[in-house]
Formats: sequence, structure tokens, C-alpha cells
Amino acid sequence: MAEAPVDSPRTVSRAWRWVPVWRRNLLVWTKLAVPSLIGHFGEPLLYLLALGYGLGALVGRVADMPYLFFLASGIFCSSAMMTSSFEATYSAYSRMAVQKTWEAIISTPLSVTDVVIGEVMWAATKSIFSAGAILLVAWALGAVGAWSAILAVPVALLAGFCFAAMAMVITAVARSYDFFLYYTTLVVTPMLLICGVFFPVSQMPAAVQSLAAVLPLSHAVAVARPLIVGDVPVDVALHLGVLALYGTAALALACRLLKKRLDA
Amino acid sequence: MSASVIRTRALTKVYAGDPVVDGVSVEVRGGECWGLLGPNGAGKTTFLRMLIGRVPPTSGDIEVLGHAVPDQASPMRGLIGVVPQLDNLDPDFTVTENLVTYGAYFGLGRNDLLRRVQELLEFAELGHKAEAYLSTLSGGMLRRLSLIRALVNRPRLLILDEPTTGLDPQARQLIWQRLRRLKREGMTLVLTTHYMEEAERLCDRVTIMDHGRFLDAGAPRDLVQKHIERHVVEVNGEDLQRWHDTVAARVDARTERVGDGLHYYLDDELPLLDALKDRSDFSFLHRPANLEDVFLRLTGRDLRDG
Repeated sequence: MAEAPVDSPRTVSRAWRWVPVWRRNLLVWTKLAVPSLIGHFGEPLLYLLALGYGLGALVGRVADMPYLFFLASGIFCSSAMMTSSFEATYSAYSRMAVQKTWEAIISTPLSVTDVVIGEVMWAATKSIFSAGAILLVAWALGAVGAWSAILAVPVALLAGFCFAAMAMVITAVARSYDFFLYYTTLVVTPMLLICGVFFPVSQMPAAVQSLAAVLPLSHAVAVARPLIVGDVPVDVALHLGVLALYGTAALALACRLLKKRLDA
Repeated sequence: MSASVIRTRALTKVYAGDPVVDGVSVEVRGGECWGLLGPNGAGKTTFLRMLIGRVPPTSGDIEVLGHAVPDQASPMRGLIGVVPQLDNLDPDFTVTENLVTYGAYFGLGRNDLLRRVQELLEFAELGHKAEAYLSTLSGGMLRRLSLIRALVNRPRLLILDEPTTGLDPQARQLIWQRLRRLKREGMTLVLTTHYMEEAERLCDRVTIMDHGRFLDAGAPRDLVQKHIERHVVEVNGEDLQRWHDTVAARVDARTERVGDGLHYYLDDELPLLDALKDRSDFSFLHRPANLEDVFLRLTGRDLRDG
């Protein structure tokens, strides 16, 4: 049992060492996939039906499109945000502080950084499950305007990465689950309401518009909505760059904070 | 076989001005079982965390299996196994999935791993639980799973933080047997424990630690000989102090008050046992000195609830 280590472990390139962490979370998810998928499909379906048809009948066209189109493309982005934010706060915190899964992983050659990247990548992946489900529901309801909608999926992945990394910073400083309520109330919900998911940002006072312009969700909407409804998005590089910048800066900060929290 | 596996020199960790580990040096050689004993808060866990490169030392050097730690901690951790104090297995996975998932963290391929898992399940007598979820496993089985999870990468050094805390005697015996088997097969073992009996049974050499310092080190039997007389007689009863002052004080023994009772440490136990024959109202226990006596002598009897 203890004789010389014959097959010494393969050396894995540093850049890909987070993959087993991502795969671990995927394996857990596949065990719970059925209830999870029902959630992914069920909730947006209800929102689109209730708000899209109910509210849509009152407001008619918004920003030059039927309200259902506007709403579906907005919820596509907000669900990417909600899914990855939840995964990188409540779920990641459980694995870190309650189950001590991370503690087990960082007793192997993997480092805190590998774990954090794996978790963020996983949360980003999960956000394309939920955003993808919305796209299918929207398509079934006739609220998808063009095949370019497929290109919105990688946008959801990038948005998921951005919001997961931001949420991971909160997880790094959280001392209990209750702490996440601050983040949800002060950051996530305001973005949901002022970044053009349910109504155009142009409806809002100028100050709110300027605030919305620097929030990442606005930039996800600015690219994903035209792709889904069949328009040509403008300033794509700027919008994606903002998401990437928020994401990488937050990821670097989260790695630093978590290394300090776990390895000291 | 006797090459140095662990070497620390003047290793120190200071938290907020408080030296939790204070200039400790040790060498552990290949195939050896080394036990680190100490009360709660002695610095054992911080020492172990520095050893595996999880905590950067304030000063001093660490070398494990030829790797400078913490600089080369990641490749070093590929060569060792760590059994944590509290099981941190994956509750969502079966026994096999736990092992395969953990092996992937070492970069092990799936086919290698599946073969390895079979060996390990047999080793831990968990073959019948291969596809079971953890909620159906007893505490002893979970501990054995933690043990073999740490062996998945065929480590050369196994580090165990209180491996049998909270187990019933049967479960503990099985863990001990397995650790002895690993040792016979040449594995180097490092363990911390509160159970002196465990240390006496498993360890070739123990170090007693308190307040961040190593107080003494040696083979358990040598330490007992060095610090404690050969026999211990623990006496309890009404009116004990008067009996001690009038009768027992004349016996050549070191005496210690423990709670309501008195402990006598002596090389020649017969005079005291003779004197005790007249006091059938006392309860007493005559036993050989053991490592626990050494431990308490060196670290004191104060409670460490911190």
C-alpha cells in the first residue's frame, strides 16, 4: 500500500488546475439536476407569461419592440446575474465554511486561487444553464427575433463570470449567511431594477442613469438584448470590456482576500 | 529508509505579537512514526499547517520530502496525504465518488484512480460501501474513508490530526491496525493526538509541546523512564491528608495532589502498598507509570478550554 509512488501524479499546468474543482461542482449539480432544471425553466416561464402578457398588454411596445421581447432579453441577463451571484455566495460559502470542502481541496496540490477560480468558473457556467433556459422559453413564446440570439449565450457566460467574481469578494468577507442580504439588497436588487431589465434606463432620472451606466448589468443588457431581439448591438467591445474588467478585478481581489482568510 | 522526511529549524509563527509556535526544530526520518502531543492551544495545529504550506512561518525553515516549504508547497503536497481532525468529506457523493473526485485534485487519471480505489476500499474494509452515500456510514467508516482518501495519491508521508478522536474502541482499534500496517510497509507517519495510549502504541518517537515550544522528545518508554518513577499509586478516601502526614509521608515518594486524591510516584512501591493494607476504607489504584504522567508533569494539570 505504501510502497514507492509508482505512478507519480501527472503535472498539471497551473493555468488549468481549477478544472477538477469545477468538475466536482458539476458532478454535484448533475445529481440534483432535475429539480434544478425545473427551477431554471419554471420561474422564467411564469415571469414571462405573467409580466410579458399581463404588463405587456398595458404598456404595448417598449424601446421599439413588443414588451415580451424587451422583458425576455432583460430577464436573460438578470437571471445570469442572479444564478451566479447566488452560487458564489450562499453555495460557495457552504462549501467553504460549513462543509469545509475547500479545506480538503487545499490540502492537495491545489491552492486557494485554484479553488476560487474553479468556483467562479462554475458559477459562470451555471448562469448559462439558467439564461439558456430562458432563451428556450422565450423562443417557444416567439420572443426571440433572430439566430444571433445564440451569440447572447457567451455574453451570459461573461456576465456570469463577472457577477460570480463580485459575489466571491462578498463571500471572502462574510461571517455568516445573513451577510449576503446586504449584498443582495444593496447591490444585486438595485442592479436588477435600474439596469434596464424591466424597463428602459431612459425612464429614470439623470442621476440614476449615470449610476446605471457604470453598473455591469447594464452592459450585459446592452449587448445581449439586441442579439436576442434581432438588432445589431453597438459598442460591443466597450460593454464586454467593462464586464471583463469588473470580473478580473473582483477575481483578483477575491483571491487575495480568501488566501488571507484561509491560509494564515 | 532513514533519509530525512521532515526537517524544521527554529520554526516560529507569531500572531498579533503572540508566538503560537516558538522556535521549534525537529527532524522526522523515513519510515518513522512521530507523535506531536500537547494540550489544546499548544500550537500543534499551527505547526502542522505550516508543515503543509498552508500558513507561512514568521521565521525559520521547513523542508518536507526535499521541498522547501512554503515555496514549493504545491508539488510537496502531491507527495503527502493529510487526514484532517474533522472529516471534510463530500456529503453529496458516494464513497467511490469521494475518492475519485479527490484523486482528480492530484491530477490522477480516471483509470488509474478506479484501480487505486479498489485497493483502498479493501484496505479500509469499505468494499461493501463502495456505492453508498455518506449518510449511511458510521463514524468509524467515515474516518476510514478520510484515511484512504489521504492515501489516494500513494503518499510517502501521511499527516494525521487527531485520527481517532470521537471513535468508539472498536473503530479506534481498526484505525490503529491500519496505521501500523502502513508503517510496516514503510510509510512515514506524523500524528497529533490527545490520547497518550494512542501515542504509546503507534509512535516510535513523541514530542511534547506546550505554549508553542517543544518541551521534550524521545521514545515513549524513554520519556516515561526519564521523567516519572516506575510506579504510580493513586489514593482516594476520607481523612486522606492526615493519613498522608502521619504514615505515607515517611515513604520515599514524590506526591501530587490531584483533586481530592493523592498521587504517589515511586520506584519502590512495596512500603506504600503495605501501609495501604491497613486502610480498607481507601480506594486506590496501583499502575505502571505511563506517557500521560509525563504529559501532565511537563504541561501541568490546568484545564485548557481555550
